[in-house]
Amino acid sequence: MNDLTPTREQRTAALEGMGCKRKRVEDIRFTQGKGNYVDDVKLPGMLHGDFVRSPHPHARVKKIDDTEALKVPGVLAVITAETLKTVNLAWMPTLAGDVQMVLADGKVLFQNQEVAFVVATDRYAADDGINKVVVEYEPLPPLVDPFKSMDANAPVLREDLAGKTTGAHGPRKHHNHIFEWTVGDKDLTDAAFRKAEVSIKEMISYHRTHPSPLETCQCVCSFDKIKGELTIYGTFQAPHVIRTVVSLIAKLPEQKIHVIAPDIGGGFGNKVGAYPGYICAAVASIVTGKPVKWVEDRIENLTATSFARDYHMTTEIAATKDGKVTGLRVHVLADHGAFDACADPSKWPAGFFNIVTGSYDFPTAHLAVDGVYTNKAPGGVAYRCSFRVTEAAYCIERAMDILAQKLNMDPAELRLKNFIKPEQFPYHSALGWEYDSGDYHTAMRKMMETTGYAALRKEQAEKRAAFARGETREIMGLGVSFFTEIVGAGPSKNCDILGIAMFDSCEIRMHPTGAGIARMGTKSQGQGHETTWAQIIATEIGIPADNIMVEEGNTDTAPYGLGTYGSRSTPVAGAAIAMAARKIKAKAQMIAAYKLEVHEDDLEFDIDGFRVKGLPEKFMSMKDICWAAYNSVPPGMEPGLEAVSYYDPPNMTYPFGAYLCVMDIDVDTGVYKVRRFYALDDCGTRINPMIIEGQVHGGLTEAFAIAMGQEIRYDDTGNVVTGSFMDFFMPTAVETPHWETDFTVTPSPHHPIGAKGVGESPNVGGVPAFSNAVNDAFSFLGSKHIQMPHDYWRNWKAAKALGAIA
Amino acid sequence: MIPGSFSYHRPASVADAVKLLSDLGEDARPLAGGHSLVPMMKLRLASPAHLVDLHGITGLKGISRNGNNLVIGAMTTQHDLLASEDVAKSVPILHEAALLIADPQVRYRGTIGGNVANGDPGNDMPALMMTLGASYRLEGASGARDVAAADFYQGAYFTALEPGEILTSVSVPVPAAGHGYAYEKLKRKVGDYATAAAAVVLTMSGGKVATCAIGLTNVHETPLLAADAATAVVGTSLDPATLKKAAAAAEAIMAPAADARGPVEYRKHVGGIMVTRALQRAAANAK
Repeated sequence: MNDLTPTREQRTAALEGMGCKRKRVEDIRFTQGKGNYVDDVKLPGMLHGDFVRSPHPHARVKKIDDTEALKVPGVLAVITAETLKTVNLAWMPTLAGDVQMVLADGKVLFQNQEVAFVVATDRYAADDGINKVVVEYEPLPPLVDPFKSMDANAPVLREDLAGKTTGAHGPRKHHNHIFEWTVGDKDLTDAAFRKAEVSIKEMISYHRTHPSPLETCQCVCSFDKIKGELTIYGTFQAPHVIRTVVSLIAKLPEQKIHVIAPDIGGGFGNKVGAYPGYICAAVASIVTGKPVKWVEDRIENLTATSFARDYHMTTEIAATKDGKVTGLRVHVLADHGAFDACADPSKWPAGFFNIVTGSYDFPTAHLAVDGVYTNKAPGGVAYRCSFRVTEAAYCIERAMDILAQKLNMDPAELRLKNFIKPEQFPYHSALGWEYDSGDYHTAMRKMMETTGYAALRKEQAEKRAAFARGETREIMGLGVSFFTEIVGAGPSKNCDILGIAMFDSCEIRMHPTGAGIARMGTKSQGQGHETTWAQIIATEIGIPADNIMVEEGNTDTAPYGLGTYGSRSTPVAGAAIAMAARKIKAKAQMIAAYKLEVHEDDLEFDIDGFRVKGLPEKFMSMKDICWAAYNSVPPGMEPGLEAVSYYDPPNMTYPFGAYLCVMDIDVDTGVYKVRRFYALDDCGTRINPMIIEGQVHGGLTEAFAIAMGQEIRYDDTGNVVTGSFMDFFMPTAVETPHWETDFTVTPSPHHPIGAKGVGESPNVGGVPAFSNAVNDAFSFLGSKHIQMPHDYWRNWKAAKALGAIA
Repeated sequence: MIPGSFSYHRPASVADAVKLLSDLGEDARPLAGGHSLVPMMKLRLASPAHLVDLHGITGLKGISRNGNNLVIGAMTTQHDLLASEDVAKSVPILHEAALLIADPQVRYRGTIGGNVANGDPGNDMPALMMTLGASYRLEGASGARDVAAADFYQGAYFTALEPGEILTSVSVPVPAAGHGYAYEKLKRKVGDYATAAAAVVLTMSGGKVATCAIGLTNVHETPLLAADAATAVVGTSLDPATLKKAAAAAEAIMAPAADARGPVEYRKHVGGIMVTRALQRAAANAK
């Protein structure tokens, strides 16, 4: 050993492995405008397609006349449902077991529904053609309010389902009913309510909103008639699933479909499902023999592809006088729009909403969800959350605050009293989940100590007194939120998409010079996989992260995976990476033993290579082992150093966190100011703290948007009135509050590296924190529950209703 | 979001621009910063066959003095306005309001002429120009004329501009030294139009309001001068009762539309609050 020999710390740091704040390698191209997005794909002879859309929310389509459109210079074809019927593609299956019109077949069911697809030599000609297609409509009464969807005289929306009394998830009660999903013990729960000393009941709505990624949905389809092969470049969060779905519905052999998801500018659940644009572009390419591009604009994105939420949750909690919860009963009315196109695992019509017992030890619970059709766009995607988990977290976190108010208890104290205790893990919830791990009390207390919670409550009491004396027009709210997520879908025993188990995969190939490539079944949309996946490998096998290239998104080269959404990448694919890396390491150990002339049991792994136990100078680096793998492997061993792992997780992971929002509201204008926001996240093992912090900042910003104003709103006649960023609240850096982040670490006991996933926690936990802050601010004026979104005028309206405005 | 086809013209003088507009007739639209017209074209709510781009006319840009008036060329951008020391010093309310218009990217491109000429009730500058007693120079085939800002606005997107006329400059009388001013704008986010906004320019004398003008943005189909509200405060020290009276007088002439910014009642209510706050701040910064 001399001064030039790197220390153990230096060797570890050189790897930039797990725990390192490694800078994002993908940002080198993104920050220089060198990303390669779908709209950057330009193929020779490429055509452009765009949609004629319905101005009506509900109407019969009497006639589509394309005569004038076809005379527009550059317009080559107008595709309608009649065209699609010749290839049996007028309708497509949804991930939720329903079917959806690709193009209006006889009627339209929501405003901006796709009616015809105009194909032209450029985008301008396509839009000129759209303006010349004449569609004759016969307007029908629109159904907008989900609470009226199952009225006896409600209009029939889905004529294609006439006479079908059973849907994909059981019996249908009404012509606009999709499914009823129930979980839990009804009798036991009803009994708990009968015996309850105290109970609360509130209809808590989580309004319709939209993931609205910066890059909208888009694709380029290119059909090679000679080879019979279809290549699809698209903004796909799950490229392999798209390949299989296309194969099944277009009856093309799966090996002849090449799906490529290049760089993606945000997904947030918007890019999981299949949209009419994909089908139409593919059919147009097959018809014309040329590549066809379809790029959604912002209005189309907001109004036609995949909304999120729209859950109306009647929530009841039974409790003792001193605040111990004894039962939970929830009924959800779920507005699915015109088609049930939720992107949930197939057997879960309401996703994992049965995580609604939250972080609390409910002895019994019962949940029923009714899904209904309305004349609105389809969707119901998991907008930066696991499937329906943010709805569930909002539901229980609002309800706990309402209970605290009724009991005159501090909401933080009520939560501490009812948390699942550390010794109860693994914990079996009343609605059927096995929580893998958690330490809720520690996280909550850390939040309370760090923020000075008690002092803030004292300040609030003083401000309320000052308000009562007429000295201020400002009120102060403290929004406490403690969430438990369920992510990492999922174990094959309960999760599949169209019959494909929700495993994920990794293939690692090491090159002779000590570098390598990892190919994945996941697909980053900004999460930073190229950075973090390499960090896992670096720590597992002792090769610097910089020497590992991560590749995703090409279904020809990547192993089959179920994609990236629902915070599943780290829990599932992250585990596959570790498992594949461990296979590499096992073979490397055999090679090292051979080269060092010892038994492999005499070796120990030491940061970046193998060392003979007790003989520190006998060491072989992983870099040298890689070289040896290509020239001097032990007799009988195959050369090379590569491995593949398909990981079927034994359980979900359960990240959790404690958030606090401090808000001041001017009652006269309803203008709010987020004075402080503290977010403590426990996502288990932390792979890259800087990326975690970025994820939390982004998720909190989306949560802030949703809670404080972001909505997809329809007027009474079914017109969508939030079709652009003028009215759909997309906060800029100016509106976005400052975020304080913190953490505890409770590793997942069943995950190979103990990681749980974090990308969606801040959206799940953030929304109730903001909403609870607003509700808490108004509570002393006698308010029980104010629905989201809490934009200025609604805050003013609440103040007025409570008599705070003369 | 793809506009229809159009021809593009770039005249080098006002005379050429006026001639083009006159020759091309109703199918032609002058183009300044494009922040109102181009989005309308992308939505195909406007489909002019000809765009007459005014950026090639050098004489339309710049800020100069004409006696006690500040003359702002129509193609002067909001950014130019913000960069002008003269504006900041002599008509500071323009500086303050320009900072509340959208974001820097928009302000680099958006022009004063376009802002005041379009007749969009959501634009900030029209109410300010009315408050300041500004006038607009309009040039057309039959020559030039000056119209007071207060007489210019007739309805949403309807103005005193005749077909073929171009608004070439804005002339702003410099307010008295030591005047107080404030532009209070409530908006949901950066880039949004006002839910309601109020401009106040006043002078104080012996602790009482000597003169006052109040303008209102986006609470009616045109920008408004709240004359009764202004009269109500003159001679007072802006005591609570007066402020209440002024706000009520201002609210009485408001007729906003219900939109995503809020229902009519809310927009009027906060309009009154903007008036109150603008009066208080203007009085506080008057010398």
